[in-house]
Amino acid sequence: MKVHEYQAKLIFSRYGIPVPQGEVAFSPAQARAVTEKLGGKAVVKAQIHAGGRGKGGGIRKATTPQEAELHATALLGQPLVTPQTGPAGRIVRSVLVEETLPIARELYLGLVLDRALARVVVMASAAGGMEIEEVARENPEAILKAAIDPVAGLGAFQARKLAFGLGLQGASVKQLGELLAGLHRVTVELDASLAEINPLIVTADGRLVALDAKLNFDDNALFRHPDLHELRDLDEEEPLEVEASKHRLNYIKLSGNVGCMVNGAGLAMATMDIIKLAGGEPANFLDVGGGASAEQVREGFKIILSDPNVRAVLINIFGGILRCDRLAAGVVEAVRALDIRTPIVVRMEGTNVEKGRRILRESGLDFTVAENMGDAAEKVVHLARGR
Amino acid sequence: MSILVNKKTRLIVQGITGKEGSFHTQQMIAYGTKVVAGVTPGKGGSKHLGVPVFDTVEQAARATRANASIIFVPPAFAADAIMEAADAGLPLVVCITEGIPTLDMVKVNAYLSARGTRLIGPNCPGIISPGQCKVGIMPGFIHKRGPVGLVSRSGTLTYEAVGQLSALGLGQSTGIGIGGDPIIGTSFVDALRLFNDDPQTKAIVLIGEIGGTAEEQAAAFVKKNVRKPVFAFIAGRTAPPGRRMGHAGAIIAGGTGTAAEKMKALRRAGITVVESPADIGATVAVALKKSPKRKKTVARKAKPKSKPKQKTARKLRKKLKSSSSKKRKRRKR
Repeated sequence: MKVHEYQAKLIFSRYGIPVPQGEVAFSPAQARAVTEKLGGKAVVKAQIHAGGRGKGGGIRKATTPQEAELHATALLGQPLVTPQTGPAGRIVRSVLVEETLPIARELYLGLVLDRALARVVVMASAAGGMEIEEVARENPEAILKAAIDPVAGLGAFQARKLAFGLGLQGASVKQLGELLAGLHRVTVELDASLAEINPLIVTADGRLVALDAKLNFDDNALFRHPDLHELRDLDEEEPLEVEASKHRLNYIKLSGNVGCMVNGAGLAMATMDIIKLAGGEPANFLDVGGGASAEQVREGFKIILSDPNVRAVLINIFGGILRCDRLAAGVVEAVRALDIRTPIVVRMEGTNVEKGRRILRESGLDFTVAENMGDAAEKVVHLARGR
Repeated sequence: MSILVNKKTRLIVQGITGKEGSFHTQQMIAYGTKVVAGVTPGKGGSKHLGVPVFDTVEQAARATRANASIIFVPPAFAADAIMEAADAGLPLVVCITEGIPTLDMVKVNAYLSARGTRLIGPNCPGIISPGQCKVGIMPGFIHKRGPVGLVSRSGTLTYEAVGQLSALGLGQSTGIGIGGDPIIGTSFVDALRLFNDDPQTKAIVLIGEIGGTAEEQAAAFVKKNVRKPVFAFIAGRTAPPGRRMGHAGAIIAGGTGTAAEKMKALRRAGITVVESPADIGATVAVALKKSPKRKKTVARKAKPKSKPKQKTARKLRKKLKSSSSKKRKRRKR
């Protein structure tokens, strides 16, 4: 789960991580009021769940409260296009209005999971403001790393090594230690999957401040953090995906015209791939899980067909625990109940496959039954083109 | 032969009285797996599905001389269940549970590394040695005993591959689903090492997907160590970056973990990469028919630039070398 910068900064300050003074504003008037409170000067930052906001014109300096109000007026309610949003951009619904600070240096600091090490690692770099991935590609030795032992925790010596490696001196070394300890606590106590400060600035008077803040949380751990649920911003999510998650369906909208419904994530990805190999474009990823019920199949259909681009649907099921006859019955029921006219190709394999095929045949409905995955992909791509 | 599980496997089911645990215990028993005990805290002393139930894994292990465990425990309690099994000294633990918090697995990983327990999973279908033992949730009937070792991050996609292999008469020595999470107990490299050392396994099928670098590590290991033909399929070529594709670990993050990168690394290691998921079985069948004997991989010498020309030459060389390398290997043993 992603949260906005202003939400991440509120969490940071609770954990003793210094952030600029400021407040979130949902209207131009609010932005003006906050700027007045800050002494008349401010930065107005668009709040969306995507990076690259500076490049997209989403971060604007104001030297008067009036200017801050104008910036907020220009940003709020409008789509912001950044290198990470795609061409449609994202609608800005709030802005963070913050004090401006004199910057001496910009650093990068992030806590992420290193899958190969099975540890949380601290990544730090003196090239703040740059995307860490870009630094990793172009100048990997510029990234300092420290793996955190889950039992011993983050060692003070590790923080010192990073601080000296970043060229910090005097009081900043100790400050970085405290800041890192806070960031580590955020990660461990709230199950953050990413805690990133980019840039972490050294101010002209030698203070370390988190100028930006990015926090992602592990969806699998949200059950033990009920207070984090309210930070979820449904406006930032694809409505069909939100609807799917209500029915425990794993749906991701894509841009093609061949809808697909599959059991299992790996097979669902492979089904998308084979649609592409057959010359088509998948409209979605949809994993109905290991034990898809008739209700889930019906909801799955509803969601796939709410996408107006979909011209044909491929159902690809390898029945293990999920029996093909049960699935076939669910499909027939859903097609009848929803009066679906979109062509459907069904490919089933596994437990009770013959029974399942018979149910489809005897339904009197117009299914195209495919023999194998390759055959199914070709048939569905053909049908998608035909309309 | 097979790897990790066989007729001698004596299994404990953690969470045996739950819905999933009950269903799959029945399925495993029907397949011939020796389920010797179940564990559900508070239900010790009772019997479930004819299997004695204990309060703790330690009691169960001591009473039944069990040597493996399978976990069907909800995500909030699964990490604890894995550590309980390791603490009881079980050498093999298979965790089916999906949705365990990542930081729980960081702890589990550290806990296990200090003990001799191998974990398979979590978020996996388990492991099966056809005709001998099934410790998992995969449909047993699609499997067949034979020479192909299978290792995969997926569930149903693995069944798909197994279905194709079995339909072509190619059985499996062992099939392992290593799981779709970012942190898992047994890696591709671990499984490849075991298959490489298993005499029954004549060929290896690896099914990977986007996210992480496990396939790249597997490629490096194969290039250096594996003397058997390896086939690979990578799911997720059409997956958009930055999105989690069902599995917690299936995500292209910061431009790394793409299918293209993985396929490139695997090809460079001399592994046959199958383009279409519909062709996994056929590709293995064709290759094994051409040279049924064990191959010697000479991938190190393969130059990717002149691949098409070299293919036939490489195969010939493999054939010529296969007999000598085999002798060499035997002598070592």
